[in-house]
Amino acid sequence: MASTRPGWDDDGADGRLRAVGHALFAFGLIAWMWVRSTLAYRTSFVLMTFGNFAASGLDFVAILLMFSRVDALGGFTLPEVAFLYGTCSLALGLADLLVGNVERLGARIRDGTLDTLLLRPVPVYVQIAADRFALRRLGRTTQGLLVLLWSVGRLDVEWTAGRVLMVPLMAVCGAVIFGAVYTVGAAFQFWAQDAAELQNSLTYGGNALLQYPPTVFARDLVRGVTFIVPLAFVNWLPALWLLGRPYPLGLPVWTAFLGPAVAALMAAGAALAWRHGVRAYRSTGS
Amino acid sequence: MLYVAVAAGSFRRYATYRAATAAGVATNTVFGFIIAYTYLALWDQRPHLGGYGPAQALTFVWAGQALLAVAMIATGGLDELQDRIRSGDVAVDLYRPADLQLWWLAADLGRAGLQLIGRGVVPMAVGALTFPLALPGNPLTWAWFLLSALLGVIVSFALRYLVALSAFWLLDSSGLAMISGLSCMFFSGMVLPLRVFPGGLADLAQLLPWAALLQVPADVLIGARTGRALLGGLAFQAAWAVALLALGRLVQSAATRKVVVHGG
Repeated sequence: MASTRPGWDDDGADGRLRAVGHALFAFGLIAWMWVRSTLAYRTSFVLMTFGNFAASGLDFVAILLMFSRVDALGGFTLPEVAFLYGTCSLALGLADLLVGNVERLGARIRDGTLDTLLLRPVPVYVQIAADRFALRRLGRTTQGLLVLLWSVGRLDVEWTAGRVLMVPLMAVCGAVIFGAVYTVGAAFQFWAQDAAELQNSLTYGGNALLQYPPTVFARDLVRGVTFIVPLAFVNWLPALWLLGRPYPLGLPVWTAFLGPAVAALMAAGAALAWRHGVRAYRSTGS
Repeated sequence: MLYVAVAAGSFRRYATYRAATAAGVATNTVFGFIIAYTYLALWDQRPHLGGYGPAQALTFVWAGQALLAVAMIATGGLDELQDRIRSGDVAVDLYRPADLQLWWLAADLGRAGLQLIGRGVVPMAVGALTFPLALPGNPLTWAWFLLSALLGVIVSFALRYLVALSAFWLLDSSGLAMISGLSCMFFSGMVLPLRVFPGGLADLAQLLPWAALLQVPADVLIGARTGRALLGGLAFQAAWAVALLALGRLVQSAATRKVVVHGG
């Protein structure tokens, strides 16, 4: 199987680069196939995209309803909470759109179709991630982006070049961090096929957590998502730096800029977990 | 009796999904913690918001997590029935000497029973151990809560059955199921207790059927409904259950007249 992957046999950076290019190209092809197939049912697609938009918007409606009764939550104003909400929704939305479908791995193992994917000359991860690529998931991304833009216009901060750059950086690093969580969760399904819902507690649960300021939560919870599962680097640490607020754990300022390093580490860890899972996989056979 | 056997079979079936149940419990517990802290921050600012004290608000959170899977609050339809309608397998179901609606209601009650034990008890216990909850000391209140939760499941089923039957006309009712599930999340009190909604919206939301799924059972549990208000709440749930089940029968008879089975 390995020899059918272009670039697999070549040593050196050139071969590896070509392998990455091939994988991205394959992702694009599979995703485009699914986009064309969903667009065949236009009404359903429009309804589902709207539903995706509204589903993620419901959390924000809850925040708006809360702020119709109070002026501040945990000492944070509505635009500040909206900024936290927008940044983590955007990050999760991007991760969900690009690799969210890896959570279907358990179903693929159960019905035996994973074996088909293993035979094709495209990395399994790419095939699973692009499987049933759902453009409707742009609904969440769009909704997060709209709230983010709304909050940016209302925040009382001086928009220096550093602050402006921090916003897209948060989106990219946050998406990588959430993507790593999706991947580890999927890798875990090599051993527990029915446990697809478990990773929801870190992805959707993390999203529910990060949209509120850390001052709302117990110290131990904040410590847990800072040091154990470092979701705090999706938006809490960088956003609090941007907003000029102290982080409740009293970490030094430079930790706000660790997002890229944390994202890279988590991506590497997820890659290892995935590789380990694929190696441990024994087909049910026939 | 036939329908008891259907319910028991469904109970046993869901009992075999152990990993899924464990994963669900973990997710419900994590969400319980997150929402509990946000409510604490909210009630810290406004101690008597919606007529609840902080302990009652926290109990509402954990009751919501315990009932989320039981009353299928985030789900708009009956996936299996929708699939059977789309594929045409429903024709076989209609030939059976059992009523379609009662069959699926019995199966749903069996599922709800298992999930009350499997997915309801643990989050509630974790909540009670980690937060100061306002749980009732009187066993009778627990009994009223269980009755109210049962009525909530029936209303939930009646709504999901209507969405599923729409597949007879729409074929793909997943879009409608999604919108129905969202309405349910919002108007059941899952997103925020309905009494906390601003003014007129709070009054309106408490008249809609979705209030029967979480708002009423939670109010019974935390002692916000006693005496006449308790009976009123149960009557409200029962009235919606009867009305929606009756509507389901009407739609069902219209749908079965429409079915044309191909082949011989």
